[in-house]
This record gives sequence, C-alpha cells and structure tokens, in this order.
Amino acid sequence: MTLKHSDAFHDPQIARHLAERITRTSRRPVRFMEVCGTHTVSIFRSGIRSLLPETIALLSGPGCPVCVTAQKEIDAFIALARQPETIVATFGDLIRVPGSGSSLQREKAGGADVRIVYSTFDAVNLARENPDKRVVFLGVGFETTAPTVAAAILAAHQQKLDNFSVVSAHKTVPPALEALAGGEINIDGFLLPGHVSVIIGLDAYRPFFETHRVPCVVAGFEPADLLQSIAMLVDQVESGQPVLENAYPRAVSPTGNPKAMGVMNEVFETADADWRGIGTIPDSGLAIRETYAAFDAVKVFDIRLKPAPEPKGCACGEVLTGLKIPPQCPLYKTVCSPMAPVGPCMVSSEGTCAAYYRYHGDG
Amino acid sequence: MKPDKILLDHGSGGKMSHRLTANLLLPAFDNPALAVLDDGATLRLAGSRIAFSTDSYVVDPIFFPGGSIGDLAVNGTVNDVAMCGAAPLYLSVGMIIEEGFPMADLERVVAQMGRAARLAGVTVVTGDTKVVPKGAADKIFINTSGLGVIDENVNVSGANARPGDAVILSGTMADHGMTILTQRQGLTFESDVKSDSAPLNHMVADILRTGCDIHVLRDPTRGGVGTTLNEIADQSKAGIRIYENRLPVKPAVSGICELLGFDPLYVANEGKLLAVVPENQAEQVLAVIQQSPYGKDACIIGEVTDDHPGRVFMRTRIGGERIVDMLTGEQLPRIC
Repeated sequence: MTLKHSDAFHDPQIARHLAERITRTSRRPVRFMEVCGTHTVSIFRSGIRSLLPETIALLSGPGCPVCVTAQKEIDAFIALARQPETIVATFGDLIRVPGSGSSLQREKAGGADVRIVYSTFDAVNLARENPDKRVVFLGVGFETTAPTVAAAILAAHQQKLDNFSVVSAHKTVPPALEALAGGEINIDGFLLPGHVSVIIGLDAYRPFFETHRVPCVVAGFEPADLLQSIAMLVDQVESGQPVLENAYPRAVSPTGNPKAMGVMNEVFETADADWRGIGTIPDSGLAIRETYAAFDAVKVFDIRLKPAPEPKGCACGEVLTGLKIPPQCPLYKTVCSPMAPVGPCMVSSEGTCAAYYRYHGDG
Repeated sequence: MKPDKILLDHGSGGKMSHRLTANLLLPAFDNPALAVLDDGATLRLAGSRIAFSTDSYVVDPIFFPGGSIGDLAVNGTVNDVAMCGAAPLYLSVGMIIEEGFPMADLERVVAQMGRAARLAGVTVVTGDTKVVPKGAADKIFINTSGLGVIDENVNVSGANARPGDAVILSGTMADHGMTILTQRQGLTFESDVKSDSAPLNHMVADILRTGCDIHVLRDPTRGGVGTTLNEIADQSKAGIRIYENRLPVKPAVSGICELLGFDPLYVANEGKLLAVVPENQAEQVLAVIQQSPYGKDACIIGEVTDDHPGRVFMRTRIGGERIVDMLTGEQLPRIC
C-alpha cells in the first residue's frame, strides 16, 4: 500500500498562485465558514490564514463532533463509565471532555474501564472477548462515522452478541446548515465538509442551497484543495452568482456512497438532536431503530438525560456557530487551556479553541 | 477542571508533565542542578565534571520491531547522559518484575541490555530486582541511571541557543512512537516501520571532537521534536523557526501518522538528536552526524531567531506561517 499522497496538493507554487488569485479577486469583505473541524485544523496547520487577504474572515462551524455533543450527553457517558461490569469504548477525543462534575479520563484514573478504540469493530471485538462484561460504544460523529457504527451493530447482530451496545449521539450536517443559515450570523459562503460529502454526496446539499442561495463549495483537506475552494467561494461572491460546487471531485460524487448510506439507514432513523451552542435541531440526529433495540444503550442501560447547563462563562456555543472566535471568550487561555479544558472546543483535536491555542499564538 | 488524580497526560512528556515537574518536584527538591531541567544534571565531583541522569522504561509491548524494553532502557539513559555533552561510562539497572513474567522473556530482555551496553561502551555496575504480585505492575518496568564525564571545554545546555544558530535534526522523526502504536492490540498494519532505538554517545563524541561551538544537544524522545524545540526556545529565551519541507519523515511513518491523525512532530524518537550550533559551523557538524550509522538522514531543519522569544514557528510547505506549540497531553499510550 502506498500511503504517500500527491505532493501537488502541497506545492508551494500552486498554493501561491491560488493565494494571489484570491487576493486579486477578493473585493468585498466576507465571512466564510468552514463547517468541518478537520478543515479548521488543516487551515491552521498549513498556515493558510497567513496567506489570505484581510477581506476574508474564516469562521469555524459546528463540524467537530465531540464539540457539538450536548453537556447532558457527556454526563450520560460518564454515568455509563460508573456502571459495574461495564467497559466503555470510545474514540480518544471524548475522554478529556469535562462533564458537569467529572470526565471519562477522571473516571478511568479512578478505576472505571474506559478503553480508547480506533474503530467501532474494536469495540465489537472487546464484547466478544469479554463475555462477562457489558461493552458500550459511545457513538459520536457525523455521516462519516455513522455508517461504520451501523456496520458494527449489524456485525454484533450477526454474531448474536448480547453484551454490546451503542449510545447513538450521531448528528447529521445538512440540518445544522439550515440552523446556521437561519441564525443571527450572516455567513457569505460555506466550505462544505469533504468527508461527510463522500458519504452523502453533493446532491444532499441541494435543498439547503435552493432555499438559501448562499455560495457553497465542497472542499478537500490538502492546502491546495482549501485554497482552491476559497477561491471558488470568492468568485461566487464577486460575481453575485451563488452556486453549489464540488471542489473535491476525486472523492465526492453527486450521489455519495449508496452502500454506506444503506447500512446507515438500515440501523438508524432520524431523530431530533441537541447540539451544544445551537439547541435542538429537528431531524438532525440518528437514533437506533426498534429492530436493533437490543444494541441501543439508551434502552439497555435505561439512560435518561438530565438537563445540564453548559459550563459557566464558556463560549463554546458561540464559537461553534461563528458568533465568536476563541480569543473573544473570557475563559480562553485564562482558565481554559488544553491542560485544563472548560469546554469541548478546547479538548478535541478538531476543536476550534484547541486549534487557535495550538497554532495561532497570541494573535 | 483541575485534576485531583494523576492522569496519563501527566506522563506524556508535554505540558502536563512539565507542570507536574515545575509545581511539585522542583519545589520539593529545590536545587540549582535540578532547576536547569536538562536531560541530565551536570555536577562537579572531585575536580571532574560529571553528567548524571535517570529514566524509567514502561513501554508496552516490551518487544517491538527495532528493539525491546531492554535496549531502550540502556540507550535512553546513555543518550540522556550524552546530551549533557558527556561520555557515558556507568549505568545502574533497577527492575520491577510482575509475578508470573516468563523467565525466557526476562532472559531475552537482559541479554539485549547487555548487548546494548557493549555497543554503547558503558558498564552496568550496580542493580536491583524486585518482584511484585501479579497485577501490581505490567510485565516489567526498568529504571536505569547513568554517569558520564564532561570535558572541561564542553558547555552544552538547552539554555545556550543563540539567534543565528542553525538547528540540526539527526534523522527521520516519529519512527519509535509509530512503531509502538502499530504494535498495539487492534492496530494491525502491515508495514516495515521499526523503532530507531540507538545509542547516540559515539555520534555526540564525534560532534564534540570537531571543536565546533556546540550550544545545545537534546534527544527528542517523549513529546517529539515539537516539544523538545519548545523546551529549547523556552530555556534559551529565543525563537526557533523550522521549515516544514525540510522535516524528515519516512513515507510509511508519514502515511500512518496521517491515517491516525498523529502529528510526527509530537511523536517519540529514541535514536535521534537535535543539535543547535552557530550557523557558520552547521555544515561541518552536519557532515559529521551524517557519517554516523544513525545519522545518514540528518539535515538542517531551521534556525534560532531573535523574534518571538520562547516560541517555535513553522514556515509551512505552502509558504504560510504558524506556531508549533508544545504537546499538551498524551498522544500515545506508554511509548518509552
């Protein structure tokens, strides 16, 4: 397997050419939102911000799955870790997120069996290897991860595992775009998430685009991908002709990945979901269908979400919706840092606050 | 939320570890030799300059491509002593062994320690073994301490980087850390990555023999090159600028890092060093490093600057600029 990707996407000349084109064509001051957390990190890591003209402000959106997970869901995860004879399996980012009184990391240090896995199937294997324990996987993510979680549930179903379950806190992107476009902030263009779009396809954004007629470009993750996508948004803004465009055609098709969507729809059905900073968005979540109720941790463990206020003074909600940038939060770098995070945006490697902290310095 | 318990992050080698050192250990043991916070302490003893260092090894798995906990325990301490500008001479070895640990594995570990010591030219002169009940330790933990002598003309410290100096890295980043990760349960990659565990004392001796004015020598282990550069910038009150397109990473390591979301800048190395030397001597030092069997991929990755004291900056491949911060918490499970 060759893992090396094409150097062209890092080519300084192509990047400079694109940056110059953006500087030349951008007249109107605009605010573009990169919806995806991986985009946020890629933009910071490659230093793209330092190449853009002052007319362009990049805002980070609600595209970090850990960050948008509601406080009460985090509390429920922590409560699960305290259950006897239970192994909580999770992707790494979640374990440092502070709940109302603790975190998974603290529970782990206190003796709870919390395991970091790299795939949902690792959690299925854990269940098979530990028949006397209940293994619960914390399902956090967008359309990118939901199909693999669904496939893991199907595998557990086939293997007749009775000690595996999933808390589905999955969320879907198009309804969140609706909520943002209808919100109080004026966004001049969206960089749409590349990985999510691989699954759902370009056409999934069509209804949103037709309603709001705001410039939209599906973007890849390499520096040249992102600069190209920003250039396309600028062109749309300057010409006054918004379009739904695909700047990531090597991975994203109009219809997406029907097989992944099929597996996802077999196991999950849409449900209302609570988003940190945004509140309830109708039909923006994925609940486990009744057919697979035996794998639904909400039912297995009789989880009841208790109302939980978000941490006092924490501006994660405003950061997630582009209303604030991290340095405008009074807690940023004063009491909130990656060592002692108050909100999830400072925890997740894809979180906007963590990205500012790590890559942006004091500016 | 301030932790009231020790978390894995406290052992990451990043900011959390530094905080623990600064807030708990430094005040308790308050003395100038410790306060320098180099890889080892530099002491004067009976008219000689001595470097003294200690390290504990808890790597899991204990055997991995390119090495084992045994040679790691020898090389790691040999390197820490060497980074003080010293020639390491003597080691102590303390082992904490879990009840039930296979004798054959212990024999293998000890044999590898012996071989590593001979290769580095150091002598194990004292030691201790303890056995704890099953579950009270994970297989085997090893502590080694090392002693070496420093030539009178040598003055190497993390605090000596000066604006205008060049920053040399002796080879590819992240080989050790990514090897350990791929060996962990559940991550079965077919790849040829292997740990870079190696003794660097001969390379250091060759560097010092040039007579060049070597300002800093550090081995970027836990926390990786990014964290070690931050330590040097902080200790020296100087800025450091590195160039993304010069950073050496093996393609397979780079691919695995990308796949799993790890930044090679923060992944551990066990056979690499960073040397900070005056710019006009950099090529000479580089040539010497490249002649070492462990330094053929060495290159100049950046320079020390007088702007942004205490911070590390990166010129990205596409010509942008960003900060390189210190690692804050655990990126990987136990890796050294």
